Amino acid sequence: MPAVPSHPTLLAELVLLAIAALLATGLAGAVRARARDGRVLVYGACLVLCVLLALAGLAALAVPPTGLSLPLFLPWVGARFRLDPLAGFFLFVVNLGGAAASLYALGYGRHTAEPERVLPFYPVFLAAMNLVLVAADAFGFLFAWELMSVASWALVLAHHHEPRTRRAGVLYLLMATLSGLTLLLGFGLLAGPAGDYSFAAMRAAHPSGWIAALALMLVLFGAGAKAGLVPLHVWLPEAHPAAPSHVSALMSGVMTKVAVYAFVRVAFDLLGAPPWWSAVVVLALGGGTAVLGVLYALMESDLKRLLAYSTVENIGIIFLGLGLAMAFRADGDAIGAALALTAALLHVFNHALFKSLLFMGAGAVQTATGTRDLNRLGGLIHRMRVTSFVFLIGCAAISGLPPLNGFVSEWLIFQAILLHPDLPQWGFKVMLPADGALLALAAALAAACFVKAFGIAFLGRPRSDAAAAAREVDGFSRAAMAGLAALCLLAGIFPGVVIDALAPVAHLLLGTRLPAQLAVPWVSVVPVAAARSSYNGLLIFLFVAAASGITVAAIHRFASHALRRAPAWDCGFPNADPITQYTADSFAQPIRRVFAASLFGAHEDVTVPPPGDTAPARIVKTIRDPIWDWGYAPVAEWVERTSLTLNRLQFLTIRRYLGFVFAALVVLLLALALWQ
Amino acid sequence: MIASLLVQGGQMALVLALAPLLTGWVRKVKARLQRRRGASVFQPYRDLRRLLGKEVVLAENASWLFRVAPYLMFAFTWVAAALVPTFATGLMFSWTGDLIAIIALLGAARFLLTLAGMDIGTAFGGIGSSREAMIAALAEPAMLMIIIALALLAGSSQLSTIARFMDSPAVGLRVSLALALVAFLIVALAENARIPVDNPATHLELTMVHEAMVLEYSGRHLAMIELTAALKLLLMISVIGCIFVPIGLAVGGEGPVGTAIGLAAYAAKLVVAGALLGTFETAIAKMRVFRVPNLLGGALMLGLLATLLLFVSKGL
Repeated sequence: MPAVPSHPTLLAELVLLAIAALLATGLAGAVRARARDGRVLVYGACLVLCVLLALAGLAALAVPPTGLSLPLFLPWVGARFRLDPLAGFFLFVVNLGGAAASLYALGYGRHTAEPERVLPFYPVFLAAMNLVLVAADAFGFLFAWELMSVASWALVLAHHHEPRTRRAGVLYLLMATLSGLTLLLGFGLLAGPAGDYSFAAMRAAHPSGWIAALALMLVLFGAGAKAGLVPLHVWLPEAHPAAPSHVSALMSGVMTKVAVYAFVRVAFDLLGAPPWWSAVVVLALGGGTAVLGVLYALMESDLKRLLAYSTVENIGIIFLGLGLAMAFRADGDAIGAALALTAALLHVFNHALFKSLLFMGAGAVQTATGTRDLNRLGGLIHRMRVTSFVFLIGCAAISGLPPLNGFVSEWLIFQAILLHPDLPQWGFKVMLPADGALLALAAALAAACFVKAFGIAFLGRPRSDAAAAAREVDGFSRAAMAGLAALCLLAGIFPGVVIDALAPVAHLLLGTRLPAQLAVPWVSVVPVAAARSSYNGLLIFLFVAAASGITVAAIHRFASHALRRAPAWDCGFPNADPITQYTADSFAQPIRRVFAASLFGAHEDVTVPPPGDTAPARIVKTIRDPIWDWGYAPVAEWVERTSLTLNRLQFLTIRRYLGFVFAALVVLLLALALWQ
Repeated sequence: MIASLLVQGGQMALVLALAPLLTGWVRKVKARLQRRRGASVFQPYRDLRRLLGKEVVLAENASWLFRVAPYLMFAFTWVAAALVPTFATGLMFSWTGDLIAIIALLGAARFLLTLAGMDIGTAFGGIGSSREAMIAALAEPAMLMIIIALALLAGSSQLSTIARFMDSPAVGLRVSLALALVAFLIVALAENARIPVDNPATHLELTMVHEAMVLEYSGRHLAMIELTAALKLLLMISVIGCIFVPIGLAVGGEGPVGTAIGLAAYAAKLVVAGALLGTFETAIAKMRVFRVPNLLGGALMLGLLATLLLFVSKGL
């Protein structure tokens, strides 16, 4: 197609072409997987295409929405695509994560045992995520959604030799099916009796209150299951860590954001005005998910599972922000809704950065030591200097510490909570302060969780020979991680850039936007008014840097700079054995005792042998997952029992089968007769 | 411009200069209450000078993080202290961060300290860090709930604005404020590792939290940590002073007399608060570690209650 500069759909066409190229790369990956250049070819192509798509996403933020119809999928109907600021923002986030993961994989992919199980699916996974974002009818959306699920499922099963991975694969497939099914029903309700599956028609139709609420709840279920909202999160900590680390980074950092996109698209764009109480549901789910997710993470001693649970927490924070936006919109405050929506989307961006970074760091640790069990790590800061530094940045950012980016989005959500103590509905009067407390709790627990993750893995003395012999990872991996860490810092000290970039999204969905932040002197962030609250990451960064720099210089110049190395003091009784150190489990013990004793039934049984017996003393830690025990286990049991009962139907004689067919016919005819 | 820059710089220098004195004063009060003569109130300065002059004895497997942490902690705490109005509101850079940012800066300092505690790989460092993490996991949310309550009352989370609001007649007598004050006092005790949460004077292993984390520090690094702890105590008292007792706070533009009044009021607040803290610490026993969550959980609930009351009472 000739590219004319004044062509209005040029950008959308470019995006679709890039997606098609990604799919073609998948084909190339299938052909050349075993070849020597297969890895470089696939990841190199993915890197280039992701950068291209990310730039296209940025461009889409600035231009008006463009639609495009192609003769694909359904005959006569075709496939509709649309590129608007919301899709553009998520395109940027997804492909930024994709580009970083591809760059990382250029080096990390070398360690893949069976490249033919990764290389064909990786580009397809990326393509499917992009396709979800630009689809503009339910058919295309669901097709891309399922393609995304299947491709990521195949990637999860890359290490299919481990039984745990296979179990994760089954669980993931089940939850993905459930998620697709509810989304299908939700879109069915949105399309209405006329059955026009294009988003434009859904936007134009304004379903009545109950239909809208039901559709929203179905989509919340479908998107929430993919994003990891509690109680639909159970598959996430199994499946995300099972995949190779660059895929884990994509699944946790990026794919969950595609699910957030699906919810935002329906809740803020396609649906007219859902009833106000649906916001209460989202607020409750968000707050609960945030705290439960981080508590799960604190109990975990597998580095990648810890990160996966922390994703659950952050998804909770994002949904909390979205719930606030829905609440304010329901009460007619568009500016407040814009603030909350911007905060949630900023957290989407931030989380994509630091979670990708942390998963890549976990992959680097796994490459270097062969384990991701925190209790077998330690002391890596001496052997993996770059990895440990960037991992520290990621930990500080996800803990919401200034001047990094995680703080800004959590701060903005707090500002949104402070905005409206006067909402008339009682649901909000109770839910808003409760969510404030839950968010505060989640933020504080996240800091504890990442002190644990970094402190146990990278600090102290090595707890195993593998950790003692760790080597720094390759240059591609380090470059990818360092790039993400730099972005974490930049987004923290210049948050106004991202907030202003989000203005077209807020304008598209809510008809208004936050005041331009870059116009504020000294690049401060002023969400509402300067007298209310402001934050300046740049100045904080400069002040801290200056204060510490001056102090160091002054002390070394005027006081002492003498230094002597000596054995550790440890109150006079240093023990050379590294197992005397705190482990991940012992670090979390006080918090486990305080928070998890009743919630997770956590307890420890200590058995000390009687005097004279040389058997070792034992401590056994037990933790139950209440959601699995009370939610999933009974359902699974019921399904098993029912299917066993029904199984008998498969061993009948032909006469009985004929009898059943006859009976079924009679019953159906009777039902029809009665209904009419 | 120049004047406000001077006020800002003066405040930053003032808090740094006063912090050890406040610590010395609290120690003096405690000593006198225990019928000891006690060291001079200027002893902390001498300690700092002595520590600064000594060489650092660094554990063999200490990493760069262990050496960088004391300076960064100090910087974070100092920047946080610079955002708190002591004797005058209207600080030049007060818009750099609100009360939430101040607490987050202290959180960043704590993050570094807990990591530094784990760096050497000794059991004591681990015990201190893990307990500190537990205390922080309750104290920080409690503090944020208090801030939310205050910010809802004052219509701003900016500390200067809150102080000005609390000084105005618009405040009145409020239940939420009383709840917030009680919660704030509890959190302030925990944040500063004071009795009954932690004992700053102990070196008895089983009771240590803060001291266990800094056990391996020596020389100038230890000096920075001691100074940071003193600065944090001063910061907390200043925040309590400017929110709950905003008497005499200079609001800018009242000339040298107003500034002098502000300074005198600030000094008086520090003296009274230090004496109260010393008395309280002498009168009460330290808690068992696993009783602390009950205390801090109580503070969290009080903060939540204060916020809930505000939400429920508004717009009826």
